[in-house]
Amino acid sequence: METAYLIETVVKIVAVLLIFSALAGFGTYFERKVLAFMQRRLGPMNVGPYGLLQIAADGIKLFTKEDIVPTGVVSRIFKIAPVITAATAFMAAAAIPFLPSFTMFGYTVNPIVSDINIGILYILGVMGIGLYGPLLGGMASANKYSLISAARGAAVFISYEVITGLSILAPIMMVGSLSLVDFNNYQAGGIGDWIIWSQPVAFVLFWIAAFAETGRTPFHLVANDHEIIDGFGTEYSGMRWGLFFIGEYANMFFISFIIPLLFLGGFGDGTFLGALAFLGKVAFFFFFFLWTRAAWPDVRPDQLMWLCWKVLMPIAVINVVITGFVMMF
Amino acid sequence: MFEAIAFYLFAFLTIAMFYITVTTSQALYALTALAAGMIFISAFFFILGADFLGAIQIVVYSGAVMALYAFGMMFFDTTRDVKEKHGNKLIISGLSILTAVLVVVIFAAPLVSSNIEAFYPMTEGVGNTQDVGMVLFTKYLVPFEVAAVMLLVAMISGIVLAGKKMDLSLTLMDEATIAEEKARRDEENKKVLS
Repeated sequence: METAYLIETVVKIVAVLLIFSALAGFGTYFERKVLAFMQRRLGPMNVGPYGLLQIAADGIKLFTKEDIVPTGVVSRIFKIAPVITAATAFMAAAAIPFLPSFTMFGYTVNPIVSDINIGILYILGVMGIGLYGPLLGGMASANKYSLISAARGAAVFISYEVITGLSILAPIMMVGSLSLVDFNNYQAGGIGDWIIWSQPVAFVLFWIAAFAETGRTPFHLVANDHEIIDGFGTEYSGMRWGLFFIGEYANMFFISFIIPLLFLGGFGDGTFLGALAFLGKVAFFFFFFLWTRAAWPDVRPDQLMWLCWKVLMPIAVINVVITGFVMMF
Repeated sequence: MFEAIAFYLFAFLTIAMFYITVTTSQALYALTALAAGMIFISAFFFILGADFLGAIQIVVYSGAVMALYAFGMMFFDTTRDVKEKHGNKLIISGLSILTAVLVVVIFAAPLVSSNIEAFYPMTEGVGNTQDVGMVLFTKYLVPFEVAAVMLLVAMISGIVLAGKKMDLSLTLMDEATIAEEKARRDEENKKVLS
């Protein structure tokens, strides 16, 4: 039995790794297309039908580009930093139920690598570790702009972790469990049971914080566009830079899985239709990341901090207190 | 068997990481190795089935405490080696070996005499998050709250130390005093600039 379990787990891990690495590639394609259509352009068109092979071309470019390690950097840390970003992003996937369990060739498959009973806490913790990628990359780069961007990114990550944690505390109090599968089962009764109806404030706060945690555009301070250079990734080239990219996109996908699971009923009662609806919700949240990038400018770092500590955090705390009172009486 | 393999693997990794932390003269290596060691320690909690403590170990030590160290590192050039002052090597190694042996003896003594029993055994059918909560909010409520108050005190004093001119309040002063103070400041600034 143990051997079967081991093989099953290894297969799941490999599947998650391969699927989401590939999806990260497709994510860049979608992003370019969506941005292009919103700005009345065509986007990638030349390579393959509708530019679909652009992903392959980008992949070949990233893999074969010379891997430059500049002089003066702390080379070991410089080399390991992108791996940390990508690895932590994929580690977080271990506790996410991607689909309801289904039977294939008479064998029941649970599409979750490990259903630990502290799932959401583990995911937040590991995503928090993801901050070491940009931070160490920036500090090892021996470049002032990299260092500034790393410090700014780290400050944003740490501040918004507070918002993420406090905002999901209220739903956790209602469900009484930290496992994402339990969250899903709590909302399995249909649209009326979704947590978003009882916790709309927590939903909005978590969604806002998700942008900061993944470093997406309204809060894209890890690589500040006004400085014209690419933040902590300035000194990186080739596949090492690509790993940062894969980490960012994988994080976007995983957050898009987590938000529907926590607030929008997840895959419901686990039927085929529920699974399809779940994938639809995930697609919407991923699309929303791209949409905001086309529609919104970046906010200034001080505005971001102001928003975090003076607006969002008090709201989150009040939300937790009110939820506590409502549940008690 | 998997447990044994996992235990020895993570034991080796943890010790290796902390060894690097102590011996290296490159600040970034030390920071990274310490963070990695903290994460590897959480593996022991997971092996023992204490999932909640394992996740908390990752969140608190690697996520929060180490990130604050990293902020501290921003103040100096991390790409250069730190010049360390080495004192008497005999005393250093002697003291550290003595401490290590003492710690091992302290923790191994109850095991050897097999005199170990749980004050608050696990409740059957309850997850360990709930178990930790029950012990924390019944038996250890007072220490828990005292720790919270201490953290609050530390936070307030941190704000007061870091904030400038926190001891004088503009709302309590009348307009004339404020104008006077401002004129005096401007005068001082002029002197410094010229």
